[in-house]
Amino acid sequence: MKRFTALFLITVFTMSCGGTPEDESTGRLASHLNFYNWSYYIGETTISDFQDMTGVRVRYDNYSSNEEVLARLQAGVSGYDVVVPSDYMVEVMISLGLLRPLNHDNLPNIIHMDPRFMGLPFDPENRYSIPYQWGSAGIGVNTARIPDFEESWGLLWDERYSGRISMLDDMRSGLVPALKLLGYSVNTTSEQELEEALDLMIQQKPIVKAYTSDTYIDLLKSGDVWIAYGWSGDIYQVARDNPDIRFFIPQEGTYLWVDNMVIPQKAPSPYTAEVFMNYIMDPEVSAGITNATWYASPNSNATDYIRPEITGDPSIYLSDEILDRSEFLQDVGEQTRLYERIWSRLKSH
Amino acid sequence: MSERVKKIVMLVPSAAWLALFFVMPLVIIFIYSLASRGPFGGVEFIFNPDNYVRVIDPMYAGILWRSVYISVISTAICLLIGYPLALYISRQSNAYRNFLLALLIIPFWTNFLVRTYAWMFILRTEGLLNNTLLYIGVISEPLQILFTDTAVIIGLVYTYLPFMVLPVYVSLEKLDHNLLMAARDLGATPLQSFRKVILPLTRPGVISGSILVFVPCIGAYITPDILGGSRSMMIGNLIQNQFLSARDWPFGSALSFVLMAIVLLLLLILARQDRKEEEA
Repeated sequence: MKRFTALFLITVFTMSCGGTPEDESTGRLASHLNFYNWSYYIGETTISDFQDMTGVRVRYDNYSSNEEVLARLQAGVSGYDVVVPSDYMVEVMISLGLLRPLNHDNLPNIIHMDPRFMGLPFDPENRYSIPYQWGSAGIGVNTARIPDFEESWGLLWDERYSGRISMLDDMRSGLVPALKLLGYSVNTTSEQELEEALDLMIQQKPIVKAYTSDTYIDLLKSGDVWIAYGWSGDIYQVARDNPDIRFFIPQEGTYLWVDNMVIPQKAPSPYTAEVFMNYIMDPEVSAGITNATWYASPNSNATDYIRPEITGDPSIYLSDEILDRSEFLQDVGEQTRLYERIWSRLKSH
Repeated sequence: MSERVKKIVMLVPSAAWLALFFVMPLVIIFIYSLASRGPFGGVEFIFNPDNYVRVIDPMYAGILWRSVYISVISTAICLLIGYPLALYISRQSNAYRNFLLALLIIPFWTNFLVRTYAWMFILRTEGLLNNTLLYIGVISEPLQILFTDTAVIIGLVYTYLPFMVLPVYVSLEKLDHNLLMAARDLGATPLQSFRKVILPLTRPGVISGSILVFVPCIGAYITPDILGGSRSMMIGNLIQNQFLSARDWPFGSALSFVLMAIVLLLLLILARQDRKEEEA
C-alpha cells in the first residue's frame, strides 16, 4: 500500500509539472514541449529529428481553425508552448494579451528568413511571431471539362458553367474574388465597395453549386464541381490524384495568408519553445516541411533544399507581379459587423 | 428524518444538476447577450442592449422565418411518415415489435456527421439515387437535389424521424383496445374510429413528437451546411457565424436568447390550444 501511495504521488507530481523544468541561464531544456499546429502541416521527420537532436519529447497536437485556438487560449487553457495561428489571428491574440514577447537572442536563424515575410503589419517588429508557411487562395479547374479559360476571377461568374462552381464559405475569404474583380482591397471597410461586391455575389449565386470550405475537395474530385475557389494546398492534394485538375492564381491578385509560430503567454517552457522555433528556421528543416505540405516557405535559404517542381510553380511561389496585387487579410475590428451583414444578406437572398 | 426532509434530500441531485447545467449556462448567455463586442472580438462587460435591437432587422427576421418554415415542413413530413409507421409497429407481435424498434434506433449508433455525409453521396448528381432512377428509367436527366432546400428537409426528416415515431408509438401502445371494439360495436367504420377514437387519444404523443422534432430542426446548422451547400442560412448558421467568424459573442448570445423565446412562445401557444380543445 505504501509503495502504491508513493507511486501515486510521483505520478501526480510529474503530471503537475510536466517533467523536468527548463533553465534558460544554464541552457537546460525542458523534458517536454507541447506543439499545437494545423493538421497535415509538418515535415515527415521534422519532429523526430528535433527529439533525436535535443532529447526533448514533443507532444504534437492538431487543430483545424484559428478560432478554435483563440477560444482555447481565451478560456485560459495553458500548456501549449508553440502555436501556429494565421496573420490576422496573431494581431487579435497580441491585442488580447495572449502572447509572450520573443527573445531574439535565442533565434539566430532568423537571418535565413525572407524579408518579404518579416515585419508584416500584424506584428511589425516580429516581437511575437515568426512566419512558418505561407500560401494563397486561387481557383482549381477541371481541364478535362474546361480546356480553355482566362486566368481571372471572372471564371467564377461564367454562366456556361452554371451549377459547377463552388465558393469558400467564409465572410472574409468568401468576398475576396468579388472585391478583387472590382479592384478593391480585400480589407476594405467602405460600405459602398462592400455593397458592390454583394451585388456581384448575388448575381453569381444562381450558378454556384455550394459554398463550402472543406467539401469542395470531394466535389472537385468527383466531378460534381469543375471550378472551385479554394486554397492551394487543398487543390494540389486533388491534383496529385487527378492530373486534369489545375490550380491557378487569378491575374487580379488574391489574398495571401501566412501562419506564424507564437508562444502563448502561459506557455510552460518558453525557452525550449524558442529553441524549437530556431530549429524550424533552419533552412533544411523549413524545406522538409514545404516538401511535405506543398505550401511555400518564408525561408529564403530553404529554396535550395525544396523540390524544384514546388519552387518552380508560379501558383505556389507567386510571381512578384501577382504578389504586388495581393494582400493579407487584416482584422477589420468593429467593421467585422459590416462583413457579417453583407454575408448574411447573401445567404438570406 | 421526516418525510419532508427526505423528499428534499432526494431532490438535491437533480436540482443541482439543473442549476449547474441548465440555469447557469442560460444565465451566462443572458449576461453575454447584454455585453459589448471588444474591438478584437473579446467580450467586454459594458451594458449594451443594442444587441437585441439588431435582432429585429428584417434580414435576420427573414432568416428566422425561413428556419421556422423549413422546420414546420420537416415536422409535418415526420408526422405523415411517423404516425403510420408507429401504428404499424404497435400492431405487431411482441418479438417483432421489439425488433422493429431496435431497427429504428440503430442509426444512432453511427455518428450524425458521418450519416449526413452519407446522404451527400446518395443525393449527389452522380450519386446512388440518381444512378438508380436513371437505370430503372424513371428519369432521363439526373435530379438536382443536393444543395437545395429539399436536401435539407430530407436530411432533417431522416435525422429526427425516430423522435416522432417513439412518442406516438408509446401513446398507441397505451391505447385501450376495448375502446376500439366498442366503437366497432356502435357501427363506426375503421376511418371513423381512427378519427374519433385513435387520433384524439394519441394526441399527447403527436404533440410531444412534434415538439421533439421541431425544436432540434429549428436550431439545425450542420444539415443546412452540408446538404444545403450553405447556400441559404438557417438561424443556427447565423448564430454559429457570430461565435466563430464574426467573433461577436454578445450578438450571438442575443440571437440564441431570441430563438429560445420564440420556441418557448410557440410551445406555450400549442399547449394552450391543446387545453382549450380538451375542455371543449
